[in-house]
Amino acid sequence: MIRVFLKWGALAALVAAALYLILALYVQHEFVFAMLFLVLTASAVAVFVSKRLYAHRYIFPAIAGMGLFVIFPLMYTVGIGFTNYSASNLLSFEQVNENLLSRTYQSEAVSYDYKAFEREGGYVFYLEGEHQALVTPPVDLADGETRAPVFPADAMPEGEPLAIRDIIQLRQSLSELKLVTDDNRELSQASLRSFAAIHPQFTRHDNGTLTNNQTGETYFPNHDTGFYVNAEGQKLVPGWTVNIGWDNYVKVVTDPSISGPFLQIFVWTLSFALATVLFTLALGLVLANLLQWDQIRGKGFYRTMLILPYAVPAFISILVFKGLFNQNFGEINLVLEGLFGVRPDWFSDPDLARTMILIVNTWLGYPYMMLLCMGLLQAIPRDLYEASAMDGAGPINNLFNITLPLIIKPLMPLLIASFAFNFNNFVLIALLTGGAPDIIGASTPAGTTDLLVSYTYRIAFQDSGQNFGLAAAIATAIFIVVGALSLINLKLSKIKV
Amino acid sequence: MAMVQPRSTRYRVLVSHLGMLAFIAIILFPLLMVISISFRSGNFASGSLLPENPSLEHWYLALGIPYTDEAGVTTQPPFPVLLWLWNSIKVAVVSSVLILALSTTSAYAFARMRFAGKGFVLKSMLIFQMFPPVLSLVALYALFDQIGNHVSWLGLNTHGAVIVASLGGMALHIWTIKGYFDSIDRSLEEAAIVDGATTWQAFRYILLPLSVPILVVVFILAFIMTIMEYPMASVLLVDTDKLTLAVGAQQYLYEQNYLWGDFAAAAVLSGLPITVIFLYCQKWIVGGLTAGGVKG
Repeated sequence: MIRVFLKWGALAALVAAALYLILALYVQHEFVFAMLFLVLTASAVAVFVSKRLYAHRYIFPAIAGMGLFVIFPLMYTVGIGFTNYSASNLLSFEQVNENLLSRTYQSEAVSYDYKAFEREGGYVFYLEGEHQALVTPPVDLADGETRAPVFPADAMPEGEPLAIRDIIQLRQSLSELKLVTDDNRELSQASLRSFAAIHPQFTRHDNGTLTNNQTGETYFPNHDTGFYVNAEGQKLVPGWTVNIGWDNYVKVVTDPSISGPFLQIFVWTLSFALATVLFTLALGLVLANLLQWDQIRGKGFYRTMLILPYAVPAFISILVFKGLFNQNFGEINLVLEGLFGVRPDWFSDPDLARTMILIVNTWLGYPYMMLLCMGLLQAIPRDLYEASAMDGAGPINNLFNITLPLIIKPLMPLLIASFAFNFNNFVLIALLTGGAPDIIGASTPAGTTDLLVSYTYRIAFQDSGQNFGLAAAIATAIFIVVGALSLINLKLSKIKV
Repeated sequence: MAMVQPRSTRYRVLVSHLGMLAFIAIILFPLLMVISISFRSGNFASGSLLPENPSLEHWYLALGIPYTDEAGVTTQPPFPVLLWLWNSIKVAVVSSVLILALSTTSAYAFARMRFAGKGFVLKSMLIFQMFPPVLSLVALYALFDQIGNHVSWLGLNTHGAVIVASLGGMALHIWTIKGYFDSIDRSLEEAAIVDGATTWQAFRYILLPLSVPILVVVFILAFIMTIMEYPMASVLLVDTDKLTLAVGAQQYLYEQNYLWGDFAAAAVLSGLPITVIFLYCQKWIVGGLTAGGVKG
């Protein structure tokens, strides 16, 4: 009985918390996230209440985790690809209006010369305008006071006013100080010697246009580009996020400053992934064959030494290589200079940088291939080799006529997985070269060693433009490649469920 | 072993040994070099593999102890390496425990129960597993930004966010555990259920104790994967004292502030335990890896 109460109580509490979160998101116009959590909560309740869905209770947490952190971000990214979401179009339309309408400007028409007097507990400001004089009560600038009332004054306060160099020392707090008159106008510091009235910069009209009160210009909201523009086409920053359809994709294809680097990076990504798979496979297969050969003694020692590169955390070994390949202090160049008298420029020459990346990635990846091959080689019947030895075949013949044909089929899905992994090998590029050296003439940050993933990362997080929309469009293209690869893989490996 | 051996065998064995030893020498060069560099004094010194005048300055700094050299100049540790290591371990342990708990229960359902959409879910998990989280970082960032507005310990710049985000990578582990469950005869559990045990009891008291080996493997795999996770942590974590090792370590090698020697000591200090764990557990790990995953 108590258990039943506990169960329903806990469920009710969870649902209440979730509903609160959903409502809060909804109120903030975050409809996508509100929807996400609504779906999540609803399915949780369904699974844990319905007797028929008992089996689903076991898988729900894992599926929800994947849905929340893999599938939702994926779909959200595809969605962003169709918008102009970027540093200049980060906000929603409502937030942009709020931002613009809260802006102010100073009108020189109503300006007051001022003097400041030091008093017990702060400074008193005496403002002298054309028609009236105003005075404040003591304002405690040191305590961070930024608003103070002003009242009409008959005479200047007594004492010596602050010298200009004392005012200069106070300029930080003075620039934040706002004085409010009794008819609710605001004054702020206009220069070291004067205060002036501040007005809202923009007024919004019922038809949706904005008027700049300072210049009198009218701005129209353009929901195609996500900016307020005036008659001459000048934009107001910030803009808001709007749906721009296929524009990001069109840009990738047609804009030469994007399509050029994109194509170059795409070709490099493909060749990098392919070369890595080939090199690591070749090395791994040869080593696995040697380790499998029963004439070789000390297998345990060799095996441990050979998988060491795999056992060291990748982020550490990549950084170690970054240091070793350093052009001036790196040990690799010291050795090369000692032996051949050359100091290759590993990080600024595109071809050398690519060579370095392939060397490092082969070092990182061959143990995995070796382990895979060792497992598969064990399954090959020994008498095949016996027979070939009777016929006088050498090791090379054995490799190409017996070993390879027999292991290539079970190896294929693993090779494709490895290709897909290296196609998206972000950590290697980010830690080793960061994409450098850069491609000349690209309008987005793009490097000659960038893979598509690191390229999108740089567009989204490193560029001053932070063009999330464009990055998401390229990411969507990569999703399609990866999706196709994994479907092929599923077919090839004939997985039974 | 009845063997037909070509005459040149002895010669070929010798060449193989020499070739492998040479290869191992090249492969180990970077690792030995880093150990050697960690004992050199200064950050720009060059020298042979065996340092001429070994110095422990980088090791002091890596362990967080200020180092005073002979001239009396004191150097403060540049980065809190031990704190980063602790952060990494904390995040990795908590998320591995969560991953283990959740993937074991789901693997049980996938292995033993019949329900609608089972094959579809299993297959789509395999497909989605291949999508790298780097590509949806913008979305993940926005997601945690939103959650953080309401649940502060899951927001940006918290370890909670990194832990929860790592739950997205469970599919691989579910498949591994499911494969193991499939290999265990189900008659024991059926007998228990006939005797009146609930499904949960059959799982908890019969299947789980039988599966301890695979649970250990999955825990270690999840642990190593989380320790090495870089992209998500690099976007979600900001403050220096919140960083994990994978994100923090690169700060040693910025062009403007190149601390090669300090990095070497920190790398050996933090990399060694992980390497030893990996080598110790490699027999089991390899089996799990070949089941379809690639080290990240």
